[in-house]
Amino acid sequence: MLIKMDSKSSNNKTSRRDFINKSLRISAGITLGGLGIFLAKDASSEDLVWQLDPKKCIQCGRCVTNCVLTPSAVKCVHVFDMCGYCDLCGGFFKPGTKKLTTAAENQLCPTAAIQRKFIEDPFFEYQIDEDLCIGCGKCVAGCGAFGNGSLQLQVQHDLCVNCNECAIARHCPAEAFSRVPASNNSLFKGFSGHEI
Amino acid sequence: MRYSRTKGYIIEIVLLFTILLSFQTMDVQAQRFPKPEFESGHVQPDTQIALPRSDILEYFDVFVLIVALSVVSWLVLKKRSRRGVFWVSIFSILYFGFYREGCVCSVGSLQNIALALFNPGYKIPLTVIAFFVIPLIFSLFFGRVFCAGVCPLGAIQDIFAWKPMQMKSWLQKLLGLIPYIYFGLAILYAATSTDFIICRYDPFIGIYRLDADFLMFLLGGIFLLTSIFIARPYCRFFCPYGVLLNLFSRVSKNHMTITPSKCIQCKLCENSCPFGAIEEPNMVKIKEPRKNTVRRFLVFTAIIPALIIVGVYVGSQFHQNLAMVHPKVRLAQNIMDLKNNPEIQEDSEYIEPLEIEAFRSAGKSDQQLFTEAKEIIGDFHTGGMILGGFLGLVFGLTLASLSVFKYRTDYEPNKGECFSCARCMDYCPIEEKVGSSE
Repeated sequence: MLIKMDSKSSNNKTSRRDFINKSLRISAGITLGGLGIFLAKDASSEDLVWQLDPKKCIQCGRCVTNCVLTPSAVKCVHVFDMCGYCDLCGGFFKPGTKKLTTAAENQLCPTAAIQRKFIEDPFFEYQIDEDLCIGCGKCVAGCGAFGNGSLQLQVQHDLCVNCNECAIARHCPAEAFSRVPASNNSLFKGFSGHEI
Repeated sequence: MRYSRTKGYIIEIVLLFTILLSFQTMDVQAQRFPKPEFESGHVQPDTQIALPRSDILEYFDVFVLIVALSVVSWLVLKKRSRRGVFWVSIFSILYFGFYREGCVCSVGSLQNIALALFNPGYKIPLTVIAFFVIPLIFSLFFGRVFCAGVCPLGAIQDIFAWKPMQMKSWLQKLLGLIPYIYFGLAILYAATSTDFIICRYDPFIGIYRLDADFLMFLLGGIFLLTSIFIARPYCRFFCPYGVLLNLFSRVSKNHMTITPSKCIQCKLCENSCPFGAIEEPNMVKIKEPRKNTVRRFLVFTAIIPALIIVGVYVGSQFHQNLAMVHPKVRLAQNIMDLKNNPEIQEDSEYIEPLEIEAFRSAGKSDQQLFTEAKEIIGDFHTGGMILGGFLGLVFGLTLASLSVFKYRTDYEPNKGECFSCARCMDYCPIEEKVGSSE
């Protein structure tokens, strides 16, 4: 008799538990689906990537050390369309350089990542060796102060691992980092960019 | 007088020059030095910008996630194969871990969802929504199969579980409250667009990236060493996404079972679970007197609201400390300090923080910053109270659940805590299909 009662009550219990489980499951499913649809309405179909806005950048040099990658995914990019091909390049030479030669002591870049090439009198072309560039922005500051501002820092997307939250963005004092659509992934100052 | 007039002329000429220039080179701004025209026929190189990863590949990741989840579900529920789950774990470590470098994972996507809900300016990518929703849907149907072998963070700890120790159940319950705190804080900081703390303190991403700062490697090393003895410490006692998976899995439609047919109480599986997620039979023959149960119910209906109120109070008291993590609030605080004690600046060792320098060069007024900071602190006030109330509720319910005994005849996995890793199945002596032939 006791056993019979026991089994009956436990049957009741399981069916009640099943019912509660089922209703909870359905309501959880509806909530989740609703949330998904609500968010999907405003979502962007393409991925977002991090980019640095040179208009806000103050060349503080934090990009060098705060990126999760070593060396940083932020590199200096040369916007040739803006370059004046100056002999006395504010981005290449240290201020107060006497002789305009490529001697190491004259170069502003700590890793000698800028290559200076004679084109024709009086023009010189400057190219950046990305493998050497550490993204310190010293040349960017120099070119911005004395030249056209054709040297600009940018996140290089082939290197960037696109962290969910950019570690440099967290430390950027100028709030220059933002998420941009993957199809429109570069930000320049005074230049609208090329279609590649 | 004369001087200023000449200065005015110069400005006019410069302005004219700039306007002319801007007409000439449509998309290039006014330049100090005009672009040269080469006589030697030199061709100016193009500015090269590297392209990000293609979107198709992002959608392919979602596809891989679905396939991996389906395979694990099949392996756990139908095939009942621990070996299979292990190989899927290895695949996840290689694909989601080392190849995809652990970003965006479902665990972190929680913050993107919170940010998108509270910050309309953030357009969340569809793939991130998929990474958040799909594992939860699977857990509604099949239990925590995502944890079993798809999550790269779980998988790397799982293969390190060589000498798991059984933990005291009170300690396990107590430590099990940490994920709720972490979950609440992560949502608070993501919703106020402050920081993504889950990503910031992700212990394994540095290992997957093979590059990290010292703190990250230290955290990862500690967690992996710990997981030799305490299996999956991050999953059990920290993972904020696990909070949701746990809740969803409790009501799952089909959950894995230890035995394929009927439990014979052989106790062989009793200590097989490295996570302490197997519940022993609990055959209470004598019913508790009604008076006791009623009294307990009344006590808890008083305790739980009291805990919530305490939580709300504590949350509202600490909202300023919570808000100090926000960079804008910190900057406002720094500037306020400078205003109150201007003599700091006169100290020869004083170096102006870069944040203040950047703020000054951006040209916003102090007052603007203070209003913004005040708004953020206001958000933290509300958020802190909600967080406190939520934690009070969680503590109260955990306390209540400790005193409830479920009638159970067999050894069963705890549906909330079980990771569906399928280890216990190997210990069950019952052959499949015995008794299911009827």
